[in-house]
Amino acid sequence: MSQPLIEARNVTRVLPGLVPVTLVQSVNLEIRAREFVAITGPSGSGKSSLLYLLGLLDLPTEGDVLIGGQSTTTMSEDERAKVRLSNLGFVFQFHFLLPEFSLTENVALPMRALGALSEDEIRQRAEGLLDSLGLADHRHKRPDQISGGQRQRVAVARALANEPPVLLADEPTGSLDSKSSAQVFDLLRSLVDERGKTVVAVTHDLGLAARMDRRVQIVDGRIVADEKTATAPA
Amino acid sequence: MNLIFNIAWTHVRTRARQTLIAGFGVATGVGFSIMMASLMEGSQDDFVKTLVNVLPHVTVSDERNKPTLQPAEVRYAAAEIHGLTPEVRRRGIKNPMASIAALEAWVPGKLTPSVTSKGLLRYAGRDVAVSITGIDPRTEGKVSNLETQMRQGELSALYRATNAIILGDRLADKLAAKVGANVTISGSRNVRINGTVVGTFHSGVRQVDDGAAYVLIKTGQILEGQTGLVNEFRVRLTDPMVARSVAARIAAETGYKSVSWEEAQEDLLSAFQVRNIIMFTVVGAILLVASFGTYNIISTITHEKSRDIAIMKSLGLNERTVRRIFVIEAMAIGLAGAVVGSVLGYFMCIGLGTIEIKTPFVDATRLPLKYTINHYVIAAGVALFSSVVAGYFPARKAARVHPVEIIRGAT
Repeated sequence: MSQPLIEARNVTRVLPGLVPVTLVQSVNLEIRAREFVAITGPSGSGKSSLLYLLGLLDLPTEGDVLIGGQSTTTMSEDERAKVRLSNLGFVFQFHFLLPEFSLTENVALPMRALGALSEDEIRQRAEGLLDSLGLADHRHKRPDQISGGQRQRVAVARALANEPPVLLADEPTGSLDSKSSAQVFDLLRSLVDERGKTVVAVTHDLGLAARMDRRVQIVDGRIVADEKTATAPA
Repeated sequence: MNLIFNIAWTHVRTRARQTLIAGFGVATGVGFSIMMASLMEGSQDDFVKTLVNVLPHVTVSDERNKPTLQPAEVRYAAAEIHGLTPEVRRRGIKNPMASIAALEAWVPGKLTPSVTSKGLLRYAGRDVAVSITGIDPRTEGKVSNLETQMRQGELSALYRATNAIILGDRLADKLAAKVGANVTISGSRNVRINGTVVGTFHSGVRQVDDGAAYVLIKTGQILEGQTGLVNEFRVRLTDPMVARSVAARIAAETGYKSVSWEEAQEDLLSAFQVRNIIMFTVVGAILLVASFGTYNIISTITHEKSRDIAIMKSLGLNERTVRRIFVIEAMAIGLAGAVVGSVLGYFMCIGLGTIEIKTPFVDATRLPLKYTINHYVIAAGVALFSSVVAGYFPARKAARVHPVEIIRGAT
């Protein structure tokens, strides 16, 4: 079997304080290429915390997270930022687009931060991404001029900007109506099936989770179930 | 880098009003600093210029640097005899014309010989003590501004009457003596002569206008009771700022006491130093206060933008990049403030220059202002620097934000 893209090894995260709170407890998890993983669980179960740890937004108190086989806990903050920039894409419950910038500029942001392409190439690629997600007419609009579902699609486009192999989504449909949420889900689905991406999405919507390929269930910071769903390809 | 400028510019642009206020704060600070510096240095220069115009740049007098030695001291190293009055020495500079010729060979400026003496003027029952200077009207004009300071009559009028005398205008008022009046001049050696007032002058320095009078060298020599006496050379240099070194060299070569205008006015010049310290303190405080405006706006922006900062960091922008965004915003405010402030300062100087005033010390009808690029460079530089420093701290704090804390709070 190939090397996992993301691997959590005995990861524990404790919030320090007067009464320390354990968010994630001794989690072992491997995410491989072209997987479509749902992380589910009740509110406060630690599913989002696990996603932040997998996405290097947070540091585990114990254990290690490996990206492409590389340990990340010993990296500096800047090195982890670099890994996030080129290897991981994030989509949050709220779109988190920069309000003063046009959609194209928002999508271009990670590419400009990476600095691997010229300004022209970046603009072309950002526009291409928006076009491919059906937002061609809105290129120069600002985030507050489009609908919530469209914004979330722009957020996906931004997450894809630097062609990361993995997309991490935190309740990507959590603040959308059912129609928009279906569109966003279909988009994520197509990323796995057609573009060969790996998508890890946190959701409390069990119906949605059932339509993904693998379901990891978290209760009180521990993995209680990790199984293939009925829709998973054989 | 391009991205950083792009984001910084967008933040500044979308907060035009706040940015303008902060920028205007810096601009006001820079403007007033420039105006203050211009006024302070202008008035100082004006004062020094007046001093330099009124006073000889170097005064060589017949006083020896060392007291006269007793004959016994000359003969024996360890001898000292009490109660002896020092030997009376014949006054005056020895062979004055030859000395002048020797000095003129190297001193960068003009010299004129004169006789100074103390005397009493009496007219219509009023007595006023004056210092009387015997001058040579032909060379006097090259050394002092007396010629241009004449209010009535002219310097050459000294030749036109017997014992002609020119009085300071305030002195003339005190004596109630008009041109043509016959005054009695009493010298310190019991010489009394009758003189004719042939003119008045106004130097602008009260002390001088109050108690100085000019006569011919010859008249001065009569008052001192010594023919051929010259007890002072006055020197006007082409560059008054070298007075100190020229004075030292004259003293070394001739052995006579030689005092530059700077030494003579040491107390005034040191008062200027105190004034400058006060000025720099006030100017520094103005600029410091202005930088608080920058601190405020950058703090506000980083606070309002904490969510955007978290997003940028979660996408993978590093701390340094985020910090730079806000430091550049502070720099933009500082730079705009410095530019606008320089223009503001220039126009305030021009405006101030049109105000007419009179001071008791100097005859300035307009405020004296100094225009120099240094004021602008320093004020703008300090403003820019303090803006960057003021922006750096909130920027650093903002850049350290942990993205998870913000994202968790938002969901």
